[in-house]
Amino acid sequence: MFYREAGDFKLSYEADSQTFPIRFDRYRYYAVLVVAFGIIPFVINDYWANAILLPFLIYSIAAIGLNILVGYCGQVSLGTGGFMAVGAYACYKLMTAFPEVSMFIHVVLAGGITGVVCVLFGLPSLRIKGFYLAVATLAAQFFLVWLFNRVPWFYNYSASGQISAPERDTFGIVITGPNAQAWATYLFCLIFLTACALIARNLTRGTQGRKWMAIRDMDIAAEIIGVNPLKAKLSAFAVSGFFIGVSGALFFAIYLGAVEVGEAFGITKSFLVLFMIIIGGLGSIFGSFAGAAFLVLLPVVLKVVGVDVLGWPTDIVAHFQLVIVGALIVTFLILEPHGLAQLWRVAKEKLRLWPFPH
Amino acid sequence: MSDQLIFAMEVTLNGLMAGVLYALVALGFVLIYKASGIFNYAQGVMALFAAMTLVGIMQGQVPFAHLINALFGTHLHSFGWNVPALLAILLTVVVMVGFAWAVQVVVMRHLVGQEPIILFMATIGLAYFLEGVADLMWGSEIKTLDVGLPQGINVWIDETTFGIFGYGFFIDNLDIVATVIAALLVAGLVLFSQYTKQGRAMRAVADDHQAALSVGISLNYIWVLVWSVAGFVALVAGIMWGTKSGVQFSLSLIALKALPVLMLGGFTSIPGAIVGGLIIGVGEKLFEFLVGPLVGGATENWFAYVLALLFLVFRPQGLFGEKIIERV
Repeated sequence: MFYREAGDFKLSYEADSQTFPIRFDRYRYYAVLVVAFGIIPFVINDYWANAILLPFLIYSIAAIGLNILVGYCGQVSLGTGGFMAVGAYACYKLMTAFPEVSMFIHVVLAGGITGVVCVLFGLPSLRIKGFYLAVATLAAQFFLVWLFNRVPWFYNYSASGQISAPERDTFGIVITGPNAQAWATYLFCLIFLTACALIARNLTRGTQGRKWMAIRDMDIAAEIIGVNPLKAKLSAFAVSGFFIGVSGALFFAIYLGAVEVGEAFGITKSFLVLFMIIIGGLGSIFGSFAGAAFLVLLPVVLKVVGVDVLGWPTDIVAHFQLVIVGALIVTFLILEPHGLAQLWRVAKEKLRLWPFPH
Repeated sequence: MSDQLIFAMEVTLNGLMAGVLYALVALGFVLIYKASGIFNYAQGVMALFAAMTLVGIMQGQVPFAHLINALFGTHLHSFGWNVPALLAILLTVVVMVGFAWAVQVVVMRHLVGQEPIILFMATIGLAYFLEGVADLMWGSEIKTLDVGLPQGINVWIDETTFGIFGYGFFIDNLDIVATVIAALLVAGLVLFSQYTKQGRAMRAVADDHQAALSVGISLNYIWVLVWSVAGFVALVAGIMWGTKSGVQFSLSLIALKALPVLMLGGFTSIPGAIVGGLIIGVGEKLFEFLVGPLVGGATENWFAYVLALLFLVFRPQGLFGEKIIERV
């Protein structure tokens, strides 16, 4: 049959500990990669890139980052919007200061800077836990947004207080600014997403990930069995900050092009990314993708159904969207606290045994 | 006395008044947290919803008018009557009790025993839901709320301080009324929880769910009661803030103002909410007055959080919070 371990013999340790041990899963994964890298760039147009694909890719990176912090290490953060803003502004300053350097390097550096900032704001996590920490991370959110609004150096003294991405290229292909092609921006984000997902997946199933999970499950017990809470917590903040910074940089430079910090990186952004990982599944890389896809597609679908099919006024549809998102989150938490990822896991178990019930 | 000092005194007084309003919102959080261990993020949106419902009832708006018009092509707008303020407040209380019951039956009952963080996320979902419903029901435009509370500069204080310092303090009548009402509300809540059967049951549940259950207290009933009381506190806060700055979306953001108050005072302490509110109110006004001009202003957005953050590093359970004891 098509989804079985039986007959799939592992002849080396590498084969035994690979990410997708079941052959069918592995081929599905390769197929997704082939479609994403080999087919979509040739058929993509501006509408699909800007409405669905770019936000999905960028939010997926942010969701993976936040999932490492919240889902794997158990440190609830409501500062995602602020940290994305750090990535965006770091990228902007680098882009304007070093125009000839490749965008790849700028985005990675912006991620690194965000990682450092994130560690700074993660320091209180050594003393504060649970709700208190969640509220404390709001300090980061409000302080960072205020900082980027008020200190003119960050937005290069522009009159409007906004930052807008100048035209930059990598390997001679324009990827920011109004002249960027849809396929180029898409591929650029996709490369980052693939790299981030690979890194996150391998970090979380290795030593580091197990340390994080030990801290999440009970930090005192983890300390007793020899996990250093300082290193584990701060490394989670650093890695998470790096991913969130990368996504913030891409969100600004590739997707929006021009940003007003309070609007683009406000508290609602923090909640949006948090909802993504709750709906997708805490502590699951696949869940980050699923949650991001869900919350990116939901407004688009609602808008198409509400405005185009039913012909309702846009403000009513916008209000309905709030109602539906809120109701969905509550429903998910009641029915399936582990999110879409758990549904997927259950489906896989069923598939493995199919057509027998047990 | 130097001008600077007199200004600082005026700022401090105004900060105290603002602090009372923060404390009012924080109180709603503390009530629910103590009784059910739920950190209710929706408290701010509940205040918004209560204020919008009050305005809607007073002006005789048809609920969901905009939606009904869009669906059926009608032109409903209002019933054409005006309800007196007191009756409208009573009706709003009824609505808030209904909401409390619905939350308990539909959501919270199914989440008993989940981790606190899951409950917290559920209330965030609830906040989104309620915000959408409020907008659908009453429309999202800015409304003015007037239930007959006095507003404007208090002439007596202005004249007295002018006599003493040669400079009249500006203090809004509304802030004074808010202070009085907040004091009454706290006194009422303390009396309620000390001397009534329901209040005592509430404290028992807050202390230990299982033990309360075993002596015959209905948890469902108590939780509905707690959410109703929190809804009532939200209504009072909504009236105060709504009268002050209009009923609009930003009203729901006062929840974010109340969070640092809670962190300072401790999540489990009613006096903590009051003292924390006053500290934050005075602190942020004075900081804005003294340091704000040097760093570009608008420090009120984050000062409270940073203050609370620094404070927590030294005392993780807040000023009056119960000592956190952890066992493996």
